[in-house]
Amino acid sequence: MGRKWRGTPLTAADIAEGRVATAEWRPEAKYAWSAGESIGRFLEELQEGHLVGRKCDVDDTVFFPPRSFCQEHFVRAGEFVRLKNTGKVETYSVSYLDTDARRLEEPVYVGVISIDGAAEGMGFMHFLGEVEEKDLAIGMRVKAVWKPKKERMGAVTDILYFKPV
Amino acid sequence: MVGEEYRRWEGDMEALYVYTAGVAGDRFFREIRDNERLMGTYCPECDVTYLPPRLYCETCFSELNEWEEIPNKGRVDAITVAYVDDKGERLARPKVLAMVRFLGANGGLIHVVDLPEEDVYRGMEVEVVYLPRGLRKGSFLDILHFKAI
Amino acid sequence: MRKVAVIGAGMTLFRRRLLETGKEMCFQAVQMALEEAGLELKDVDAVVSGSAPDAFDGVHMKGEYLLDGAGGVRKPYMRVFTGGGTACFSPIAGWWHVASGLADVVLVVNEEKMSSITPHPQYAFANIWDPILDRPLKPNLVWIFAMEMNRYMTVYGIEKADIARVAVKNKRNAVDHPAAQLADPNITVDDVLNSEVMAWPVQRLDISPPSDGASALVLASEDVARQVSETPVWISGVGWCIDSTMWTNRDLSFPEYLARAAQQAYGMAKIENPRKEVDVVEPYDPFDYKELHHLEGLLLADKGEAPILTREGVTQRDGELPTCPSGGLMGVGNPIAATMGIKTGEIYWQLAGKAGRRQVPGSPQVGVCQAWGDLMQFSSVMVMRA
Repeated sequence: MGRKWRGTPLTAADIAEGRVATAEWRPEAKYAWSAGESIGRFLEELQEGHLVGRKCDVDDTVFFPPRSFCQEHFVRAGEFVRLKNTGKVETYSVSYLDTDARRLEEPVYVGVISIDGAAEGMGFMHFLGEVEEKDLAIGMRVKAVWKPKKERMGAVTDILYFKPV
Repeated sequence: MVGEEYRRWEGDMEALYVYTAGVAGDRFFREIRDNERLMGTYCPECDVTYLPPRLYCETCFSELNEWEEIPNKGRVDAITVAYVDDKGERLARPKVLAMVRFLGANGGLIHVVDLPEEDVYRGMEVEVVYLPRGLRKGSFLDILHFKAI
Repeated sequence: MRKVAVIGAGMTLFRRRLLETGKEMCFQAVQMALEEAGLELKDVDAVVSGSAPDAFDGVHMKGEYLLDGAGGVRKPYMRVFTGGGTACFSPIAGWWHVASGLADVVLVVNEEKMSSITPHPQYAFANIWDPILDRPLKPNLVWIFAMEMNRYMTVYGIEKADIARVAVKNKRNAVDHPAAQLADPNITVDDVLNSEVMAWPVQRLDISPPSDGASALVLASEDVARQVSETPVWISGVGWCIDSTMWTNRDLSFPEYLARAAQQAYGMAKIENPRKEVDVVEPYDPFDYKELHHLEGLLLADKGEAPILTREGVTQRDGELPTCPSGGLMGVGNPIAATMGIKTGEIYWQLAGKAGRRQVPGSPQVGVCQAWGDLMQFSSVMVMRA
């Protein structure tokens, strides 16, 4: 078959050493994302040391993290509901990669934690701590470890990590 | 909650982009850097010369392998005067930019004209001024500006 | 609805870095596809462009940027975007142009130039996360795949070695693909299991590489296809479905959205028993476990059964259900949307009997391709017939 498979492969050095013409650009945009009604309240409550969900009035499902509408019934969500500081590890990973794909000397443990009092399986992503790698398990019960109150700023990082209970 | 302070989260999307000039672009910039000349690609099917050059004809989609030197003399086709820079800061001296078309070429180049605003007019003849050889790196900025002939 | 055929396919080499600009890659892929179809650009009524986030190429509104290289100048032209799912979704968009009677010949052109973003494409992936809930944790996109893989392994009791077999099969299959970036004729399960841990359970050889590349398809109405092609391949079913973006609220062990997309496509193609009727399949395999996950979502294996089929050799090129005979993303490379060339493109070549050294035996008659994307929540599925 006379197909032409084309393309001109380059090495990283071809570019670094200027063997081919290139142009560079560094975008400098700064963003400010509005948290919105539900996540705004979620962040405020985090600063106070509480996890909060929000209820769908049609069938009493408690969303976590809270949101302003129910994606199933398509109605405006109802009351905010304070939840417990405890939950369950739905899944996890032991990561040697940082956000820029650089290698970490010591891995971070990250998981999805579903929160007690919210609908089954509704959780968020967070770190796992005060635990040995060999003891990590899907289904393990965990509890939030908070930053000291004066260091909290209304962010998911107001919780340091979740530890086994 | 209109008028109240709203909760927000700040951040950026940090990246450095390095774009290859491509098959046609690589030769275009090499000719500027090494030979101080503008080269276009010619489509014999459609009788069109592309400037900047392209690997293919956008109309008949044939691959273009014939390169033609474009005479270093063009005419100003459109003009704008910039009073602010790309960050919105006021420029000390307004910058005149022109779209210049070259005889026999489809397309054109946009660059600075080295003249005060009032001396630049549509239809005026200009030529390309290059940076000195040692300073040229194989980019569009190897072209310093257009000057009047 | 009118019948729609694929009558030509093309793709560039997949490589970590190509000299060609995005437009030039598109041109090369389109030229190859048009040549195979025996048509010229003037015969094309409309063009569909597919590409994943603009942030890789570093050009906003990439559809417009790629236009001339995709052959779309002065024609009806549109871009579709469903992340990695674009690889089989833009062919669906091409299909509806022809099925509706709006066009007789449509070009579908997918492109990705992931080398433009430096130092690593991860800098673009970082912006996929929710800026308030996820990004403050400084995540790496591999995390969500690692967590999905772990959940899948734990719920169904799957051994890592049975997942590694997918990487081995696909990288070996890729030896026969002229465009392949990461083919390896000698790779073993131990190589995968001993490779560097990235984010457990994901190791280096479980992941497909970032790539530059483009691919193209020519779709035609029945009249045109029968006139110009001796081996038209018919698109007999399409489906797509998306689940909630709140990925931390879903059970990641089974891709329910894919099962729905597959049922839509099988229903349209009048396929009642996919496990019996499908002869060859190209599921999306950016990670080795995803091939297994997707075989189950495509209802070609029971939940947790795909690793067993793989261990038993069912998914080998000469097995009962050849899976990723192209070499897949794991072996050929992963220029996100442009993997159309090894998904829809490969099934076309397989059913047309034009897959060369990759040809699966026994003249396959029914093929399925699938792609997956957005925030691991979307799938597109196409059923094709010889």
